Amino acid sequence: MSGRFAFPIGDELRRTRAVAWKDISAERRSKTNFNAVVFLASLMLVMFGFALGPDAEALRSAAAGVLWLTILFSGVLAFNRSYQLELEGDSLETLLLYPGDRWPILLGKLAANLAFVLMVEVIVVPMAAVLYNVAIWHVLPPLLAVLALGTIGFVTLGTFYAAMASRVRAREVLLPLLLFPMLVPLLVASVGATTALLAGNAMGDAGSWIRVLVVFDAIFFVASMLAFEYVIEV
Amino acid sequence: MEYALRTHSFPSTVDAVAAHGVARRFAGKWALRGVTVSVKQGEVLAIKGSNGSGKSTLLRIIATALRLTRGECQVFGHDVTADAREVRPLIGLLGHSPALYQDLTVAENLRFSAQMACIPDDPSTIESAITAVGLPRVASERARNLSSGMQRRVAIARLMMRAPRLLLLDEPHNSLDDEGAELVDQLVRSTRAAGGATVIVTHDVARVVGLADRVATMDDGVLFAADSSAPLQVMRAPPRAQLHLAREGSR
Repeated sequence: MSGRFAFPIGDELRRTRAVAWKDISAERRSKTNFNAVVFLASLMLVMFGFALGPDAEALRSAAAGVLWLTILFSGVLAFNRSYQLELEGDSLETLLLYPGDRWPILLGKLAANLAFVLMVEVIVVPMAAVLYNVAIWHVLPPLLAVLALGTIGFVTLGTFYAAMASRVRAREVLLPLLLFPMLVPLLVASVGATTALLAGNAMGDAGSWIRVLVVFDAIFFVASMLAFEYVIEV
Repeated sequence: MEYALRTHSFPSTVDAVAAHGVARRFAGKWALRGVTVSVKQGEVLAIKGSNGSGKSTLLRIIATALRLTRGECQVFGHDVTADAREVRPLIGLLGHSPALYQDLTVAENLRFSAQMACIPDDPSTIESAITAVGLPRVASERARNLSSGMQRRVAIARLMMRAPRLLLLDEPHNSLDDEGAELVDQLVRSTRAAGGATVIVTHDVARVVGLADRVATMDDGVLFAADSSAPLQVMRAPPRAQLHLAREGSR
């Protein structure tokens, strides 16, 4: 890479911040996506509750799986919107023609999507705790860690695959088809860790699943940053 | 607004654009059929042609926004495919669309652009760019509330701030009133005065007659000199291009 045009790392991080700020500002002003995603997530929690029936024990044991599926399904809408913003004003080409590396574009969008999904979780997690009669306060710190690790992995892959799907016409359909199979290990680990925590097994199974989440996040974060330049290329 | 090109200069022997046999195919159809053309530093080349003739495709290939299928193209000696990272700091593209974020204000759009290009983004720089294109009263308006002509002016302000060494303008006078069109002409003249080059594609050649040093015509993916039917190209033209040339010759 030596001798090639490049901005210093400080400049690239400022570009990352600019992309994140731009996406968050646009969403904060329109609020179209956030309202829709929160509504969808709430609806899913209620519908899963009806499907599982009135048995309180059945609801409690399914709570972790339902919560993570709700986050995954509703979060996909955020990723699609992330690139829709660029496509609406034909801005993607202009964004890609700025000098410098392209990883700040992915990292900035990743940061904005992470903030978005975490905001959704702030509403969805307490709602799930109430609807599914699960006590979360006594395991709150480790539960937050699991939610953060699971969300980082989910958002990393989601933002990356949304970039890949952004160039095709059927991107809304293609994104879940590409993304969900890749998320199976993350879903299994996140649900496993959350179930173990809610069952009071913080040091046993939860620890193992958390290690899986850390490895998953690290691998896919690095891989996404390296591959982004190629998937976004014309 | 003070206008000075932001990138380092090149020896005068290096062409701003040097394209040889550039061809591009979309889904089996050739949009460009082996275009060969060069643009010198300080020169303004206008390319006229009807809709779908391949003008914008050529411009986007030079801008590194689109990969070529055959041939080679260099910008200030850098290959647009292999050295796209070196080319991007040198070019400024004004496309069909102003490419603004509709929920950001005019000032925020320009600040974002400055931050992405790593050029000064202080309020006074942004303000002077907005003033230069005559939009100080709408600096705090969201882009979606502006007319298409005003949005185009914001896109011109974005180019002025970057002061690229090679301007690539696609139908730059579209949607603009006389005052706005004069801003485009000013930008081209400032770039030329500073030693930069410009390629303008347009279907309204009357608009660029006083501006361009040379005018070429694009027809069905083939580039011709304006004063003759002889093509400015061809190297290893695809078969249909050869048919096209035969047709031209028989006229």
